[in-house]
Amino acid sequence: MAETRFLPSESLDTFVKALRRDGRRVLAPTARDGRAELNPVEAAAEIDLEGLQTALSAKETVFPKVERILEYSLSGGGVDLRDVAPKAEPTVLLGVRPCDAAGFGALDAVFNWDTRDRFFNARREALAIVAVACTRADDACFCTSVGGGPGSTAGSDILLTPVQGGFLAELVTEKGAALAALCPDAFRPDPGLEKKVADLPMAFDHAALTASLQGRFEDPLWERQSLRCLGCGACAFVCPSCVCFDLVEEADAREGRRLRTWDTCGTALFTLHASGHNPRESQAQRWRQRVYHKFSYYPERYGRLGCVGCGKCTRACPVDMDLQEHLLEAAQA
Amino acid sequence: MSETNIYLPHLMRIAKVTREAPGVKTFRLEFVDQAAADAFDFQTGQFGLYSAFGEGESTFCIASSPTRKGYIECTFREVGRVTAALADKEEGDVVGFRGPYGNRFPIEQWKGKSLVFVAGGIALPPLRSVIWNCLDLRDWFKDITIVYGARSVADLVYKHELAEWEARPDVNLVVTVDPGGETPDWKGKVGFVPPVVEALAPSPADTVALVCGPPIMIKLTLPVLAKLGFQPDAIYTTLENRMKCGLGKCGRCNTGSSYVCKDGPVYTLAQLNALPAEY
Repeated sequence: MAETRFLPSESLDTFVKALRRDGRRVLAPTARDGRAELNPVEAAAEIDLEGLQTALSAKETVFPKVERILEYSLSGGGVDLRDVAPKAEPTVLLGVRPCDAAGFGALDAVFNWDTRDRFFNARREALAIVAVACTRADDACFCTSVGGGPGSTAGSDILLTPVQGGFLAELVTEKGAALAALCPDAFRPDPGLEKKVADLPMAFDHAALTASLQGRFEDPLWERQSLRCLGCGACAFVCPSCVCFDLVEEADAREGRRLRTWDTCGTALFTLHASGHNPRESQAQRWRQRVYHKFSYYPERYGRLGCVGCGKCTRACPVDMDLQEHLLEAAQA
Repeated sequence: MSETNIYLPHLMRIAKVTREAPGVKTFRLEFVDQAAADAFDFQTGQFGLYSAFGEGESTFCIASSPTRKGYIECTFREVGRVTAALADKEEGDVVGFRGPYGNRFPIEQWKGKSLVFVAGGIALPPLRSVIWNCLDLRDWFKDITIVYGARSVADLVYKHELAEWEARPDVNLVVTVDPGGETPDWKGKVGFVPPVVEALAPSPADTVALVCGPPIMIKLTLPVLAKLGFQPDAIYTTLENRMKCGLGKCGRCNTGSSYVCKDGPVYTLAQLNALPAEY
């Protein structure tokens, strides 16, 4: 059971500074040039808690766009291969939304089933998440349809819910309680205020959607829905749950490194065989894979969805593909 | 660094290079590090990720038999940057290897059965591992039939081993080349693999069929085997989906909820029939 405290608005700055004094990087939404993104902050005044969402997800804190996984030097036919230590700076994500916090569960599932990914885990263990509940939602939001909610604590170490004069602070995990203990005066006893979050009715039942997908693989709706898809991959790159990656080489004649980079099933090259054969040669097949991966294969494989309903993909899509709208269509048996 | 870097390859020295066919080479690889060699084991059907440092990694099955210890072999065709860089390597050069990955052929389940191997072109290497494994355990099996086809005589790989299998009284080898691919002195068959299998008509009774080849060959051979009476759970093949991590994480080889790199590459036709045809 999470312990609940009250964090007065003016104490948020005390909290940020306590985290910084403790040697932790604090990443929070900041509005720059009219665009909210996660950036390092030193004081609460820099944080923008008014924006609904950052355009990018928070996954980059544990799964960078580009990451070095090994290095080597070359001489003649010989190779001097060197392991690379993951850089894992103690970090607090402050002010992300519950959907972003929930996205880490999907990453945890992929990076730790069967074998553990050291690079991911080093950062994941060094990361604490202080999310802020949503008091409003927009048309792209559908967290309640995929098991989340504007006030969900899933994935958060502390959940802050805005109330009169400050925040209700739910200390969800031991890690969260340890953060609050860094400035005990800031986190006061719970005055018993009622938690009010955005009202976001469920648009569809995700279990019904998953069941419906069982018989819809050959349905013409995938072709219809994907007709305007550019295969640009923006949806995957802003997604908190998308985890597909590529391994690429960057080298000259003397030395090089192997990099892991974000990748997406939305591009034709993703599945192209060396022979030229491509198992998913049409954009409709690739769009179908995106939906099935998140809503059928993830539940089957990991017992959870690969989507948190944040709507970032819908907001980022250059041709206005609306994921919720397409899922609603797919969920209707 | 408390955890292991699962993407870090072993270094392997090229002990031998064999030119199999135009653009096709076999490497015999030995671990540079003796401790890695001692800890290494694999089973037939498994694959690896082979590094040409400077260009990247490529996926091939392990083409040698686990009964032949101390080395592994891979056979590859030069088709892209990585394979071109590998092809430039010489004996004594060092390459990277991650593996073994994936599942395996359950050969112990086939004890007492007959085996029919059907391979096309550069897809003989995955079956060559099983063939040698089974020939090294010859007493386990009844009849062993190998049907191998390539576009031309020049494209046939493992020519010395074909001759060796041909000479064995306990192996029935049928080698064929596509019409037009024969040479004046060609003694084998001329024709595509599926009709050659149909004409050969191996008995499905207590028999396991293994099929590896280009998609079109597999697509046309499976109905032939079905017509001959082979059941879907007695037909095995390997999927060769694009793979990058080999560890069920990068998402590239996803076929339905199956990761070819973890749940495959070996599948029975019965298992394939339950998957979406994205391979």
